[in-house]
Amino acid sequence: MRITQGTFSFLPDLTDAEIRAQVDYALAQGWAISVEYTDDPHPRNFYWEMWGNPMFDLRDGAGALMEIQACRKAHSKLYIRVNAFDSTRGFETTRLSFIVNRPADEPGFSLKRQEGPGRNVIYTIESYATVAPEGRRYES
Amino acid sequence: MSSATLTPTPPPAAVQPGPVGQGSAAAGGSAANGPAGGAAAADQVDLGALLAGSHVNEVLEELDRELVGLKPVKARIRDIAALLVVERARQQLGLAGASPSLHMSFTGKPGTGKTTVAMRMAQILHRLGYVRKGHMVAVTRDDLVGQYIGHTAPKTKEILKKAMGGVLFIDEAYYLYRPENERDYGQEAIEILLQVMENQRDDLVVILAGYSDRMDTFFRSNPGLSSRIAHHLDFPDYTPDELGQIAQRMLHEMQYRFSPSAELALREYIPLRMEQPHFANARSIRNALDRARLRQATRLFANADRPVSRDELMTIEGEDLRASRVFT
Repeated sequence: MRITQGTFSFLPDLTDAEIRAQVDYALAQGWAISVEYTDDPHPRNFYWEMWGNPMFDLRDGAGALMEIQACRKAHSKLYIRVNAFDSTRGFETTRLSFIVNRPADEPGFSLKRQEGPGRNVIYTIESYATVAPEGRRYES
Repeated sequence: MSSATLTPTPPPAAVQPGPVGQGSAAAGGSAANGPAGGAAAADQVDLGALLAGSHVNEVLEELDRELVGLKPVKARIRDIAALLVVERARQQLGLAGASPSLHMSFTGKPGTGKTTVAMRMAQILHRLGYVRKGHMVAVTRDDLVGQYIGHTAPKTKEILKKAMGGVLFIDEAYYLYRPENERDYGQEAIEILLQVMENQRDDLVVILAGYSDRMDTFFRSNPGLSSRIAHHLDFPDYTPDELGQIAQRMLHEMQYRFSPSAELALREYIPLRMEQPHFANARSIRNALDRARLRQATRLFANADRPVSRDELMTIEGEDLRASRVFT
């Protein structure tokens, strides 16, 4: 199951030129670019690992692309996303975030039902990938 | 190479579109093509229109107007600009050719305007569409080379990332290579630089600067670097006359002026200063002017019992210059 998180996630994967165009757009807005990766694609997992520091003084998308390539080289089988952070007062948050790398095989999620008080059903989802311990997911 | 880079750059105001894709950027570029891109011009290109469209002439004229002397340097820059325009024209007609190597080395004594010219170079390259952003990142050895093992590569890459789309200006580049220390990390920085200079020519232009003689030894010991630099520009020293003109311009910018006696003093000062050690051309002149301003301020305070006029606040007198130690 192809996970759909962030902007453009219903589109085919972006090419490098498209990624650079997006990064250039973000930089033109004055947003800072950062690269993050994770092996836990749960939608509530906000804390992805940072690939280096956020790049606050970048001028051109080629710089970010260097980092994306380096991250892909190191974590080719994991999810990698690019964030654009807007530091403007009032926003101070991520304005744009999209996935630039994903595992070849995405096993998807299982739905768990738990009986709560008064036979309420509590639903939870769990990625099949996270059944394996951290660092050994997406090994195959 | 994407089609967006083949079209002449529209004026710098071009804004990247938000949505996915770069197709619209290319469309904007060919619209700016104007008359030269018409159907009739299938096998001819109007060089003049290409030049005018790039606004590069304005930068060249500014260079001529604002920088004193430096005749050979200006001539070389014009040559390079002409080459780049021709290269653009060739690309428009589909004549193959690898994108020209634009890395340069600027050699010359201190204070001969290497940094200033490098900044202009970034503008020229930007107008001609050879760098995308046209900013300049000026660094020295300390910004590139780390203190311990594993420190250099991230540091150099950090700088390279910042410089992407613009010009990386490495001042006193010969310090990167220290032959006397075998375990120096400078070599590592050079190797990373070389790799980027070769593989990402479209993203970044590197300008190495430094004293002529030391740069020569530097290039001799790093043949890989030397062979990747297409343009070697040598900055000549300024003549006393040119230094005088530079002083006048600097003062004008600072909104000061010389009294006639000060002008005379300056004319005597320059040759004397040139013979002194550590003479750094325009930079020495700037320092001399800064010290003259200090003395002028002290002088104005010495008779602070009466109000000072606008004229007095603006005028540097002969005595302000003559108090310098070169006259003793």
